[in-house]
Amino acid sequence: MNNPSEEIDQGRRGFLGAAAGVATMTLAPGVLLHTIASAQPRSERVTDAVRYGMLIDTTRCAEGCSACVSACNQENGLDLQRMPAGMDPEKWDRQEARWIRKVKLEDKLTGRITNLPMLCQHCEHPPCVDVCPTAASFKRADGIVMVDRHLCIGCRYCMMACPYKARSFIHAEVEEKLTLAPRGKGCVESCNLCVHRRDNGEDSTACADACAAQGHHAIIFGDLKNPESTLSKALAAMPSRQIRENLALNTGVRYSGV
Amino acid sequence: MKRIVYREWRLAPRRYWALLASLAAVAGVGGLAFWYMEHQGHWVTGMNNEVVWGLPHIFAVFLIVAASGALNIASIGTVFGKSTYQSLGRFSALLAVALLIGGLMVLVLDLGRPDRLIVAMTSYNFRSIFAWNVILYSGFVAIVIAYLVTMVDRGFRGYYKAAGTLAFVWRLLLTTGTGSIFGFIVARQAYDTAVLAPMFIVMSFLYGLAIFMLVLIFAFAQDQRTLGPYIINRLKGLMSIFIAAVLLFILIYFLTKLYGAQNYDLVSFYLVSGGRYTLAFWFGWVILGLLAPFGILFHPVHGRDRRWIAGACGLVVLGGLASIYVIVIGGQAFPMPIFPGKTILESGFHDGVGGQIAAYAPSMPEFLLGLGGVAVALIITAVGVRALQFLPESLADKDVDPHAAVKA
Repeated sequence: MNNPSEEIDQGRRGFLGAAAGVATMTLAPGVLLHTIASAQPRSERVTDAVRYGMLIDTTRCAEGCSACVSACNQENGLDLQRMPAGMDPEKWDRQEARWIRKVKLEDKLTGRITNLPMLCQHCEHPPCVDVCPTAASFKRADGIVMVDRHLCIGCRYCMMACPYKARSFIHAEVEEKLTLAPRGKGCVESCNLCVHRRDNGEDSTACADACAAQGHHAIIFGDLKNPESTLSKALAAMPSRQIRENLALNTGVRYSGV
Repeated sequence: MKRIVYREWRLAPRRYWALLASLAAVAGVGGLAFWYMEHQGHWVTGMNNEVVWGLPHIFAVFLIVAASGALNIASIGTVFGKSTYQSLGRFSALLAVALLIGGLMVLVLDLGRPDRLIVAMTSYNFRSIFAWNVILYSGFVAIVIAYLVTMVDRGFRGYYKAAGTLAFVWRLLLTTGTGSIFGFIVARQAYDTAVLAPMFIVMSFLYGLAIFMLVLIFAFAQDQRTLGPYIINRLKGLMSIFIAAVLLFILIYFLTKLYGAQNYDLVSFYLVSGGRYTLAFWFGWVILGLLAPFGILFHPVHGRDRRWIAGACGLVVLGGLASIYVIVIGGQAFPMPIFPGKTILESGFHDGVGGQIAAYAPSMPEFLLGLGGVAVALIITAVGVRALQFLPESLADKDVDPHAAVKA
């Protein structure tokens, strides 16, 4: 029973009310953000239930077309690299970072011409990961091989070891950069299969989309472990091979018609 | 054989400080070159996405390889019990540590992110031979310093043999690790062979000895100390064996490569058609760096002349730099066999179109950084011999030849 003689301490009530308000103001955004984040795939741990990969049908890859290269450059901010003032453009051409490139081949015996895009092959046993002294070069559980920009010391041993010449070193300061590809001078990088798209739950890569938009459909991206994926079905339907398959790296990117 | 007395390097102060000042100037310019490259980025160097390791790596690898070789003199004395070489043990160990620190400095300062050195020391991937080398290199410095202590402090004399043996085994592991940096690279044809590890060991014997002899002859001549023909002849004999061993390993390397048809192009690139790399191989490494010094050492007249002997050592050093140039740069410049059986007609990333070799033109800052590493190694040596009793007072025949008394 309340004792009516005891007066209510209004000051204490006010203090508690204010404290609760401050606590709510402080914690609520965090709680709210956490809720939003939980709703996105990027907060879930990457699993090895999937293995991302590609099939490149070289018979569909058109000579002179570089839509995949332009799309990659734009998606990953590679087009924001600027040649330092007064530099020899030819030298810069050898120093500028590239994640994907077009290559035109001629068979030495038959003279048959093949066009194809080359990029990181996302090996199951990547030599770049083996040689990296700080473990900056790593393979995600879903098969994507990429560089942890916080751990890379710029030793470039991965570039020595990559059998596909897929990696680039950032030779000059990059003033403008995308949040999804914070490009720092002195680190190494390469194709990460548009990893931001994976983490956002999107189902393609910039290069594959661009190729499809041109009507070529030479690049099929998907999950190698899902037998129902378009990629697995295409791989089952046509003969394909790994580039430098003698190295037994079990690449995630496969080629047909080479 | 008498008891060896060690004395500090008693060069006149003016000459000593002038020497230190000039070395410090070279090291300082190397520091400025580093600052410039670090500040601007690697675009100011000749390196690119094809030739990713340039001139600094040539200096760094050469100094590191030579460092382990410089320790050989001490090892022969301690591990194999040759008393003549024991008198040179202290100097040998000092030079080894100095060369290693100089080489490591160049290696670290050429990183894209030298500020992240702490990452290299705290985050390890033990599948990487590079990570092992971080341990092998720092371990080498620690072990050799401990070994030095057992040489100079009577209190630790009991550990002399054990420390010397450990240092010897460690240096073999270290050079194996350095050779394996290249030997383990399956991607590039010039590498991808286990023979590179023992080849680097043999190269280390030779280059380390050449630098050791050069610095020894210089230090003794400057201080008017006696360096008798006995010890010079021993070192000369050792050097000629090492030259022959390097030649043998070059032969083995090419025979190993030649056995597979896939490597015919590579061997032809090195021996015949590789332009500057072929030139560096034949004239820099084989003729100037191995055959010419061999000829000098066995020449009936010049072979007895100190200046000619020092010249032969200088040629071995230059040939050694040429050898690392051929291995490190040549191995990267030769196009990778990404598409065997195909000719690359066009590429958006310089994949050796039409079999073209990759471009690399060394830049001045790279050269100055490398030279800075050499200067740092020499500064450590000069300060070491000046401050501590590392150099024997005399290496005259009567002091070092175990049979001198009998001969007399």
